[in-house]
Amino acid sequence: MSNVLSSILSAEFFFSIIRITSPILFATLGAVIVEKAGISNIGLEGIMMISALFGSLCAYWSSSWFVGLLAAMIVGVIVALIMSVFAFQLKTDIILVGIAINMIGSGGTIFLVKSITNMTEGEALSSTTSLITSELQIPTVQIPLIQNIPVIGPIISGHSLLTYLAFLLVFLTWVLLYKTSLGLNLRSVGENPNAASSVGVSVTRVRYTAMALSGLMAGLGGAFMSMSYAMGWSLNMVAGRGFIALAAQAMGSGEPFGAMLATIVFGFAQAFGIKLSSIGLDSNLSSPIPYIITIIGLVVFAIVKRKRDAKRVAAVGAKQRKEK
Amino acid sequence: MAEYNSEYAVEMRHISKVYPNGVAANQDVDLCVRKGEIHALMGENGAGKSTLMKMLFGLEQPTSGEIIVNGEKVNLTSPTVAIAHGIGMVHQHFMLVPSLTVAENMVLGMVPKKNGVLIDYAKAVEITKEYSEKFNLEVDPDAKVMDIPVGMKQKVEILKALVRGAKILILDEPTAVLTTQETSELFKELVNLKKQGYTIIFISHKLNEIMQITDRLSVLRGGKFMGVRETKDVTPQEISRLMVGRDVVLTVEKDQAKPTDTVLSVRDLEYVNEYGKTMVNKLSFDVRKGEILGIAGVEGNGQKELVDILFQFATAGGGSVTVNGENILGLNQAQIREKGVALIPEDRMLYGIAGDASIEENLISDRCGKKELNSGLMFNMKKIHQMSKQLIEDYIILCKSAEQKVGMLSGGNIQKVVVAREFSSNPQLIIADQPTRGIDVGATEFIRKKLVELSRSGIAVLLISADLNEVMELSDSLIVMHGGRIAGYFEDASKLDDEMMGEYMLGLKRQSEEEIRRVCHE
Repeated sequence: MSNVLSSILSAEFFFSIIRITSPILFATLGAVIVEKAGISNIGLEGIMMISALFGSLCAYWSSSWFVGLLAAMIVGVIVALIMSVFAFQLKTDIILVGIAINMIGSGGTIFLVKSITNMTEGEALSSTTSLITSELQIPTVQIPLIQNIPVIGPIISGHSLLTYLAFLLVFLTWVLLYKTSLGLNLRSVGENPNAASSVGVSVTRVRYTAMALSGLMAGLGGAFMSMSYAMGWSLNMVAGRGFIALAAQAMGSGEPFGAMLATIVFGFAQAFGIKLSSIGLDSNLSSPIPYIITIIGLVVFAIVKRKRDAKRVAAVGAKQRKEK
Repeated sequence: MAEYNSEYAVEMRHISKVYPNGVAANQDVDLCVRKGEIHALMGENGAGKSTLMKMLFGLEQPTSGEIIVNGEKVNLTSPTVAIAHGIGMVHQHFMLVPSLTVAENMVLGMVPKKNGVLIDYAKAVEITKEYSEKFNLEVDPDAKVMDIPVGMKQKVEILKALVRGAKILILDEPTAVLTTQETSELFKELVNLKKQGYTIIFISHKLNEIMQITDRLSVLRGGKFMGVRETKDVTPQEISRLMVGRDVVLTVEKDQAKPTDTVLSVRDLEYVNEYGKTMVNKLSFDVRKGEILGIAGVEGNGQKELVDILFQFATAGGGSVTVNGENILGLNQAQIREKGVALIPEDRMLYGIAGDASIEENLISDRCGKKELNSGLMFNMKKIHQMSKQLIEDYIILCKSAEQKVGMLSGGNIQKVVVAREFSSNPQLIIADQPTRGIDVGATEFIRKKLVELSRSGIAVLLISADLNEVMELSDSLIVMHGGRIAGYFEDASKLDDEMMGEYMLGLKRQSEEEIRRVCHE
């Protein structure tokens, strides 16, 4: 037992939590932004898969991780904008569009990777792992000074560049939502589109922007998966992270920092599951852990929210009576 | 431009609006509003007031006619264009974002910025304070809109229009959601705005409010312009004549009622709406077998809420309601029907019928689970056809067949489907809420006759109607509601005259508690 505990409380374990949290965090921020605009983008999972594929392929073709990263971001935005055209212009239900994108993310990507590699490499590959070398991975960063601090150093330093970007983006998302006029428009469109349009805010333009931003975030998450978390793209590698992001968004009340905390909880759950199986627990028992925690988390969140809302309603009622 | 009269802030000339489905909401309407006046636009629900104002705010475009603002002919294609011409609108349903602060709502769409990107929130608060003080409209800039009372929300809406440069303010039934105190506060603010040179168009159908604060008034009825008057020269009676129009007087033959046992008994009923406004205030009355008890009153005085409570569309805040001595509060609609209560709902398209279903399906919708229409698992179609055929004949529903969609029928025939179902359900109590609103004369007469016939056969009828003519002609005895309470009870409705009714309806007169208590036949 003490053996289990000491291996869990190791710096290496906490390092893995941060690493595992990063890709989910990107998608979570994407979910936070669109939900604020009143849109449920359940296609984040699919966007991550598609971006992950094109990220690794472009990195290989250009022999540059940076080009690969850029490609993943652009592909993410394009897919999200295609979704927007279907949802906002052609008036398809956004949930159905999301389901379609997720199916393309799993079925379409394997078709694409086979047909593309068949043309370029002369053989149909079912993953890009054989094409990616460690030079094409997104570089890791050793933070001067901090890396030398005992305990903290090995946990915080040495992560992928994208991990630091993910946590920085939490702050930037908060600034975007609460300190810029785009954020204000976004939130008002999400809550009362009539109010927004009655003062001349273009509801459609704001929705497109929100979708594009969520695509950008999911693209970054996808890039992390194929260019940092794993060596190259393989089928179903995103493994529900896009959906966990939606849960984290809800648990964090749709706020960037709250959602970040929820994401870390999920990151911990996954790391914990991996750890348990690495020290001998049957993986059939350990792999459901993150998903069980997701469900428990959502239930707890729902109960807390209900209590908070009841309090709020009571407070307004009391104020109303006092005014009289 | 010289050809237009610059005395007016707004001139709407020969405005017509015909919707694609052929409904003419406005026909050749003229509305002229002088600069710096409070001008009332009056009319019953469905008279076309909102449509006319939507056109002035650019939300809809007239089919024909022209709009002149401050002497300049304009083409108001969107609210943004209307705002640019100095027109602002305070909608009945607030156009506010609940989770944003008052200041953020104020500047939405015209956000002050610092460093080019970030919102200058301090500046937004400053603007809010500046306007709030200038116009004496007190708001809390930092409070979230969801946490402030309705009266303050309305102030925010007015300020929003002012900060965008509005000189002409349209207020769509602004007092509908306000408490009495909030209403008088609003009136003070409006008079204050008028003094500062603002023009206000005030939509309402409450006579007392109009008399209190407006300079002139225009009346619409059935989409047509009925005239414009100086408020000081007009009597409430004249306004009500213009608004309601008792020109087509249909009289229904009926003999003296011989009421017996009490069926519906309402005691100390209370209802407070979501905004904390008391809509039904300690209401008590009885309806007996064999009588029609009418409820008259200006709309918005608790009649709608009363019906909602009686049929469990709303939950009472206190009091009791019994039918033949059995409680019906808290029961669902099917259980209430089991007790012998039938309802002709005010909104027949929403609560009366399913438009896409056939006439037959609508006729059996309250009884399709009953044994007599079912044989085992399946419907007994023979019986259903037979029953619906009989009802269509009895109630003279003009249709191609029982399979025709109800939504395709005319208003009068739709209402006859509702009435046929409700009257044939063996009711002990019929609640008829605006039973003849907006339907043709023939159907109206038919339904009125049926109501009298049923009451004389020993059924209790509660009739709620905004149509004075109807409620006075049909009722045996009559209640006038005002402010959620009974203002007067008249045992013999035939002895009433319009003028007397008007005074009670407008709250100018009120009977003593003893007189009112006579409506409880204990």
